[in-house]
Amino acid sequence: MEAKANVQQTGNGKFEPRIVAFFCNWCTYTAADLAGVSRMKYAPNVRIIRLMCSGRLDPQFVMDAFAKGADGVLIGGCHPGDCHYVEGNYKTLRRMDLLKRMLKDLGIEEDRVRLEWISASEGDRVKFVVNDIVEKVRALGPLNMPGKFKDWDREIEELNGKVHAQDNEEATAHVH
Amino acid sequence: MSTKPKIAFYWCASCGGCEESVVDLAEDILMVLDAVDIVLWPVALDFKKKDVEAMPDKSIVATLLNGAIRSSEQEEMARLLRRKSQYLIAYGSCAHTGGIPALANQFSREQIMKYVYEDAPTVANENKTRPVTEFKDNGRTATLPEFRKVVRALDQVVEVDYYIPGCPPTSKLLKEAVLALLSGKLPPKGSVLAPDIALCEQCPRVDSKPQDLSLTEFKRPHQVIIDPDKCLLAQGLACMGPATRGGCEARCITGNMPCTGCFGPTSRIRDHGAKILSYMASTAAGKDDKEIEKILAGIPDPVGTFYRYGLAKCMLRGKVTSHE
Repeated sequence: MEAKANVQQTGNGKFEPRIVAFFCNWCTYTAADLAGVSRMKYAPNVRIIRLMCSGRLDPQFVMDAFAKGADGVLIGGCHPGDCHYVEGNYKTLRRMDLLKRMLKDLGIEEDRVRLEWISASEGDRVKFVVNDIVEKVRALGPLNMPGKFKDWDREIEELNGKVHAQDNEEATAHVH
Repeated sequence: MSTKPKIAFYWCASCGGCEESVVDLAEDILMVLDAVDIVLWPVALDFKKKDVEAMPDKSIVATLLNGAIRSSEQEEMARLLRRKSQYLIAYGSCAHTGGIPALANQFSREQIMKYVYEDAPTVANENKTRPVTEFKDNGRTATLPEFRKVVRALDQVVEVDYYIPGCPPTSKLLKEAVLALLSGKLPPKGSVLAPDIALCEQCPRVDSKPQDLSLTEFKRPHQVIIDPDKCLLAQGLACMGPATRGGCEARCITGNMPCTGCFGPTSRIRDHGAKILSYMASTAAGKDDKEIEKILAGIPDPVGTFYRYGLAKCMLRGKVTSHE
């Protein structure tokens, strides 16, 4: 199956979740740095994207991550009251409330999206949260949106193929 | 044979409102008819598919196609008209972004068929008969087009040159597009033929829009007596103006109703619904989960509210579990 090619697997064929993480520069990204410097081990399934503030997280980014093949999205920001920009994380909280509800209506399981407040000193929290979301998403299985899109669009490729076949026939008929 | 440029109108999954907007040109339609030959317009004139098939490729200057693409027949006509036309123009919200028909992407084909042919309260269908694509009777075969898994915008099926947005587009935009076609003064391919600014910028009530909204409640139009002079957002109504393209002459606002987003996004937005959601949610007041949840409960159906005309162009294209 072509669709399967989009799903990340280990050498033994086991599904490995792909998690996109958006961490704010001042708290959660620094905490992830701390986890690394402290040599904490956590699941290698996250790709971290640093934002200056979790408030920079446009809901379009989350939609795009899923559409391009992410199995889960993790967002990390400063604890309420601690935002470097005073109000940024409250905006994130509001957006995520509505976005989570909308994603549920769009058929994306709740465990695939997670918002966490992690301060710069909480390296162990990064480790716990990353491991936890990876296990939860692993249990859900691949989301594989690129594969789904391909499957849905197979029905229009068929007719396109037929139309082109007709074109070719006509072209051949002209030659004779 | 006339040497006037040839224009075609066609409709797919649509309500007929776009056709109405052509008629709404009123006296100006005579100007259009003077300048062009209409070679296909199923809603008003009698032409057949074979007439179109007989035309040389690219012999139609422009086809204005309204409606979303749901069936194999619509898809075939879209491909045929693409081949015969120099310019294919997606006319109206459905062809542009999926429109109201694309809301069906929240349901599977089976759910739709079951409801329409069995469960709907107005249906009497004891044998649970459903349409089939091929049926043989007395040696004759009758066929029906296939009902596709998902609803698509026109550019998800064939290449589109221009878009005229709106549900329906204004006569002004149509007239401007026809004049641009006739004069050959066309913007870059792929453009939406409407101003690339948000509706708020053209809104007659923009002066009453507060800098910081901090809404404590979202209300729906039937729950309030709407002040005809004040910004609708400031009145707690979910108005899509901040993230929706202008050019509609603020028709809904003038009619004292909030914008529902039919003109689609501006060129800076990639996912219209997600962008409106972003704006709408961040205008809410509240600093803890409970409070925020209570305020945002005033938007009970985020998909239907934010993707009312654009679910086909949502990055996820609809409910992802519905189209296996």
